[in-house]
Amino acid sequence: MAHTASVPSEKGVWGGGVAPFNVSYGKMMMWFFLISDAFTFSSLLISYGVMRNKAENGYWPAPDEVFNHFPFYDGHIKLAFVSLMTFILIMSSVTMVLAVEAGHRFDKKAVVKWMIWTIIGGFAFLGSQAWEWYHFISGTDAGRATGLLLADGSEYIVHGANMHYNEYGAQLFANFFFFITGFHGSHVFSGVVLNIIVLGMVLRGVMEKRGHYEMVEKVGLYWHFVDLVWVFVFTFFYLI
Amino acid sequence: MAESLNIPGVESHAHAHEHHDAHHDHHETFLTKYIFSQDHKMIAKQFLVTSIFMAFVAFIMSLFFRLQLAWPNQPFEIMDIFLGKWSDNGILDPNFYLSLVTMHGTIMVFFVLTAGLTGTYANLLIPYQLGVRDMVSPFMNMLSFWFFAVSTIIMLVSIFVESGPASSGWTIYPPLSALPQAIPGSGLGMTLWLVSMALFIISSLLGALNYVATVINCRTKGMKMTRMPLTVWTFMTAAILGILSFPVLLAAALLLIFDRSFGTAFFLSDIFISGQALEQTGGSPVLFQHLFWFLGHPEVYIVLLPALGIASEIIATMSRKPIFGYRAMIASVLAIAFLSFIVWGHHMFVTGMDPFLGSVFTFTTLLIAIPSAIKAFNYITTLWKGNVILSPGMLFAIGIVSMFISGGLTGIILGDSALDINVHHTYFVVAHFHLVMGVAALFGIIAGVYHWFPKLYGRMMNNKLGYVHFWITIISAYGVFWPMHYLGLAGVPRRYYSNTAFPMFDSLQDINVLITIFVIIGGTAQLIFLYNFIYSIFKGPKAPQNPWRATTLEWTTPVEHIHGNWPGEIPEVHRWPYDYSVPGADEDFIPQNVPLSEKEKAENTHH
Repeated sequence: MAHTASVPSEKGVWGGGVAPFNVSYGKMMMWFFLISDAFTFSSLLISYGVMRNKAENGYWPAPDEVFNHFPFYDGHIKLAFVSLMTFILIMSSVTMVLAVEAGHRFDKKAVVKWMIWTIIGGFAFLGSQAWEWYHFISGTDAGRATGLLLADGSEYIVHGANMHYNEYGAQLFANFFFFITGFHGSHVFSGVVLNIIVLGMVLRGVMEKRGHYEMVEKVGLYWHFVDLVWVFVFTFFYLI
Repeated sequence: MAESLNIPGVESHAHAHEHHDAHHDHHETFLTKYIFSQDHKMIAKQFLVTSIFMAFVAFIMSLFFRLQLAWPNQPFEIMDIFLGKWSDNGILDPNFYLSLVTMHGTIMVFFVLTAGLTGTYANLLIPYQLGVRDMVSPFMNMLSFWFFAVSTIIMLVSIFVESGPASSGWTIYPPLSALPQAIPGSGLGMTLWLVSMALFIISSLLGALNYVATVINCRTKGMKMTRMPLTVWTFMTAAILGILSFPVLLAAALLLIFDRSFGTAFFLSDIFISGQALEQTGGSPVLFQHLFWFLGHPEVYIVLLPALGIASEIIATMSRKPIFGYRAMIASVLAIAFLSFIVWGHHMFVTGMDPFLGSVFTFTTLLIAIPSAIKAFNYITTLWKGNVILSPGMLFAIGIVSMFISGGLTGIILGDSALDINVHHTYFVVAHFHLVMGVAALFGIIAGVYHWFPKLYGRMMNNKLGYVHFWITIISAYGVFWPMHYLGLAGVPRRYYSNTAFPMFDSLQDINVLITIFVIIGGTAQLIFLYNFIYSIFKGPKAPQNPWRATTLEWTTPVEHIHGNWPGEIPEVHRWPYDYSVPGADEDFIPQNVPLSEKEKAENTHH
């Protein structure tokens, strides 16, 4: 029946009895879901922008002064590590594209290979983010002097960051950082989980039985979306 | 083309089920048929029954606070019976007054109007009117209902927690909602409110994805977009609005959860409670309002548009006339939907908004009057010189238009920042949105029940009871909300537990008594409806296949529900849905699945 369905009637593709975009309902739903999710991220990032704009001058920390560490290296390189993270995530999108492409060719071995690389990329990103958070939370040795005195007469110095206060400046800076990168990270995590599930289906030969690899395409859409969102998070939090 | 021929899933249900024969047995248990049903018709009924139940819950809440408003601080035994510790010898507890107002609003907006209209009628009518066997994803459709059901249960449970349900208004503005120490209702009750709402958002998203994908992908042969009944247009538009606006509420709710539980300062700054300074600095409660109303305003149209769609359908059918300005109606729906995203600021004129920005929001808001007026005029011109049949469904459909006009006029006043600032905190606003959104949408649900009862339950409802129900309901609806305008213009503030401290309002107390009397009368009238509804499900006369002699496809299905809707082939569509009283036709209606006659083909004037 699939064959008759996608042949446009004489009334054109919108005449009924045909899927006008020639897209399955699953993929269409994924697209609409992504639009919806994009609105969630947009509202978070716009909120971030508004609140940062409202903050007192100079009170908002400069991101490249905060995120200037690199594992196993003592000096400061501005934004090097986060650039690496971004590169990893973008590369995992590339491998995802290759998996989808292999699916079109019904090349099961290649799909498996590229899916595994994508999953590795996802885990690498999540691991990097954990390190980034660890560095952000533990802070610098110097910390920030508050000018407040403790009971023993020494000065109270803030180290690192949590939800209540941080050594870098505005409380909201850390709040938004944790919330938005965390929200994005949870998306990456669920994307990795979905990728693993689909990989399992590919290995069991489910896609060949179905006659198509559309499932790979759908998780691919989600994965690219998460990647794209990161580009915006990166821009807003690190570059601007 | 080889690739496109192989696109999976495109075959859609319309075709995948073509070999649905009568002997193809579906072994359904009680559990799969009534509880975890994946059939759009059953899911529609599940939504309907749940939302009717919730409507009564929310109504009873309003009864309690109306008693307090009409006879402030007078003991009522009924309060002791129902409210227990929240009633002090029959006098309503002030904290619980706020809870009642909050829960009344929340339940009415989300659990009655949103779920009751979209959940019921989009589920019932999208597959029926488009000639589809079922939603594209019946499984997701089932999930949609069950997320809604769990969210309903959590919302109901929150009423019974020790510190009381949420009480910072249905808009849950922080800082009140963010600080458990600020008010008892911001404790566990607020947490449950947020959990419930998160589940509701998931339910709404699952439903909306299904509706949109079904409309785009699964229309039967010949069902061009411009041959879809206006109901389907409004359901689709409302679903898109939901897809785009609920995620923003989700963001706001998540941020609020963090403020409440993890010490963040998104919406909090410089707050002292009982002499103690909170450590949160830098946030803004106005940010929450922006996020909330970015959902909140489209939400108004998520509930209103389906009601207007139902009105279009019923008014055209029962006037035996084509809907006036079909394409203008579609354009108006789309224009309203678009504009609804750029007007949210008119809820926030009193937040210290820049007057220039206020004037921008005034401008965009007043623009909505144009498509709204087009719709109102089109309803009236459709009725004009029609062979009007005043069935109960038709009466309620006209009631929708009446409410839409009288509530819409005050919308023009409130959309203007210079005027809104004066009456924003008064009953004028309460009167406005109850008429235009509350009662109009509620009438949409009721009109739909009367009109599509034969499709829901295969039986007819009692007309006489319907008439009594209608007249008492519309008179008391105006009796309740019309006088509220006067209260508002006199400056009576909304959300107050009592106004006895303000002698200037003493002379207005009689109006409050009048309103409450109408609330009691109007509420009692709903029992007539409930009786009619339940009685007719079991004992109503069997419905004929097409009782209203309507043109749309749902009336070509058998009266008894069957899996897959049509026993044989799905009908093909040859004409638009409003061929009523066509000159020269044998009957005063021509169903959509009737091919064009030779004469029509020759004239070539057809849609």
